[in-house]
Amino acid sequence: MKVVVGLGSCGIAAGANKVYDLIKEEIESKNLDIDLEKAGCVGSCHLEPIVDFYDENSHLERCIKVSPDKVLELLYKALNNELKEEASLISEEDKKAQNKQVKIATENCGYINPEDINDYISTEGYSGLKKVLSSMTQEDVIEQVKIAGLRGRGGAGCPTWFKWEAAYKEKATPKYIICNADEGDPGAFMDRSILEGDPHRVLEGMIIGGYAIGAKEGIIYVRAEYPLAIKRLKIAIEQARESGYLGKNILNLNFDFDIRIKAGAGAFVCGEETALIASLEGKRGMPRLKPPFPAQKGFWNKPTNINNVETFANVPWIFKHSASDYAKLGSEGSKGTKVFALTGKIKKGGLVEVPMGMPLREIIYDIGGGIKEDKQFKAVQMGGPSGGCIPVELIDTPIDYESVSKAGAIMGSGGMVVIDESACMVEMAKFFLSFTRKESCGKCVHCRLGTKRMLEILERITEGKGLEGDIEKLEQLAIDIQNGSLCQLGITAPNPVLSMIKNFRSEFEAHISEKKCPAHVCKSLITYEINKNCTGCTICARNCPVDAISGVLKGKHEIDKEICIKCGKCYDVCKFEAVTVD
Amino acid sequence: MECCGGKKIKSRFIDEDVDLSLLDNILSEYKNVKGSLITILQQAQEIYGYLPLSVLDYVANETKVKSSKVYGVATFYTQFKLNPVGENLIMLCDGTACHVNGADKIQEAIYEELNIHDGETTEDKLFTLNIVACLGCCSLSPVMMINDETYGNLTSKKTKDIIRDKKSKALAKEAK
Repeated sequence: MKVVVGLGSCGIAAGANKVYDLIKEEIESKNLDIDLEKAGCVGSCHLEPIVDFYDENSHLERCIKVSPDKVLELLYKALNNELKEEASLISEEDKKAQNKQVKIATENCGYINPEDINDYISTEGYSGLKKVLSSMTQEDVIEQVKIAGLRGRGGAGCPTWFKWEAAYKEKATPKYIICNADEGDPGAFMDRSILEGDPHRVLEGMIIGGYAIGAKEGIIYVRAEYPLAIKRLKIAIEQARESGYLGKNILNLNFDFDIRIKAGAGAFVCGEETALIASLEGKRGMPRLKPPFPAQKGFWNKPTNINNVETFANVPWIFKHSASDYAKLGSEGSKGTKVFALTGKIKKGGLVEVPMGMPLREIIYDIGGGIKEDKQFKAVQMGGPSGGCIPVELIDTPIDYESVSKAGAIMGSGGMVVIDESACMVEMAKFFLSFTRKESCGKCVHCRLGTKRMLEILERITEGKGLEGDIEKLEQLAIDIQNGSLCQLGITAPNPVLSMIKNFRSEFEAHISEKKCPAHVCKSLITYEINKNCTGCTICARNCPVDAISGVLKGKHEIDKEICIKCGKCYDVCKFEAVTVD
Repeated sequence: MECCGGKKIKSRFIDEDVDLSLLDNILSEYKNVKGSLITILQQAQEIYGYLPLSVLDYVANETKVKSSKVYGVATFYTQFKLNPVGENLIMLCDGTACHVNGADKIQEAIYEELNIHDGETTEDKLFTLNIVACLGCCSLSPVMMINDETYGNLTSKKTKDIIRDKKSKALAKEAK
């Protein structure tokens, strides 16, 4: 029997390490005939910790939410083939949500041991590379990527072949290939998951890319906040060298290429190509004007190609199967699949990989299981602090590059944060802007100060001090920042605000004119009251941190609005719906 | 740091007496490799837990990079800390997913328990709070990390329990 425990960061946070250790101890102490393996995250983070039991015929039974006190019982049930009726088995509904997906970049995540190169090879890993090195010219490789229609998965969606060709055509040497693993978008974690679950796939993609452009050195620029990803990448690079997939004369096919890791030091702007290069050179990560593009003058002023983790993770598939098979997936201008991080007010959060063009509704309801607590769906925020939101009216939008931008958001790196009726859109706009303000590198005045001014306006609106004309001021500042910024961080910084204003203008107006927050979020604009439902149980008074609630046992309580700090504790603890907020 | 803002800058940071010779191995490995300033600082921070100004000066001297540049890099990246941090570094996630799932309530709970805001350290030097953009565990939101351990699906109560547990462990260790 084989047992596989999902040990991605999310699984570990849910307690999977303890589960793994318990199984290991039991196997060792009882001398059980069981292969115990680690794997990355299968994407269903809401079901972690996940343990997969394979019987002698490789038949899989997947158990979910396995707690340390339950795991040994399950282990013995699995050994005795008694799992059939087990409550911890994954439900049919959750299986269906998995089956609706089409996995390329994450096809191995959660199934293979990321710390063992043989596991990757057993899935025909590195076969694409063999094909490339033994039978294809550099032009052939670029042509195949063009036929596949692969576009950059990091945000802008630039055709990958175009970047590769530009770097290939440059005469200067040495050339570099860089993997951008500085995933900084709050609400996106697919790159982490791929690196933790299937690092060899990214290496293979980079080696193929390196061959195509004529580079001998690859660098992975990875966030320091992803220690597990770094650890697994290091192991993968070491093993790839030992097995002859990296280093001199790869597979005896006359190609030299090696990869090293560089840990980023935490700056969102380093996701921008030229800033990333500055950071690699040991400087402050500040972007510069393009052109020259990195393909012409990049790392140490040499031709450099930068792609994101997920983009590289798609490359091996194209060569293992075929470019035309890849192009069959997806929609007209957006080929293949895309991984989304489905989070926020969603029942079944996690990573989902679907063909481009799948309607948003199917992703949210069929795969994500709908909105938490069955509340009203309000919008999906896509593209993080550079993106915008897709409101409920556009829920049937097919998710591909063109349609998403037509709907007012951007694909970005694939963060999909579901927002329900309880969120205030002015506050959300403020949240995103405060992020970009903090992360602005400070080089361009419009970005550095413009975002600050916009944030101040949003702050005063949420504090009930908004003035007539503030919305127009925000719009004007947004245009100025877009025009006056050098890099995409600044150019796109106002997007969330503009998108919120476009879709939820009435909420902004309610804050400004009526001094009301329709979602009851902005503290300065709400008041708490106790209504006649009050039974005098005193629980609110006992929980109030400022003693603003008075009343006797079994008598109706009152809130002193002068003292109330609007923390909402009374509202949360009341069992009789006696506390109302307006 | 002897240029224009030198003195003012110094007053903002605690500079403890540290053993600079601990840096020599790192410096001999990297000082002649171009572009490795960030790597040097990352490894220095691993040694001292933060980057004392004397370390920045020493690195500048040894690598012949201007101290203004070293300081510029050290203040640009969020990973680098110029003041000592507590024994337990709480990284509270305020990424989008955690934000919509109530990270502010967790922040309040931490404040109620430890009386510290973002960037502050408790008087007993046991806890430092840093609010960070995204830890990449969005489906477990709200999330915080204490040192290397991640805690998900937090509630106010759960957060306080975790902190109290850490505190009592630290005090027990001290008593020993």
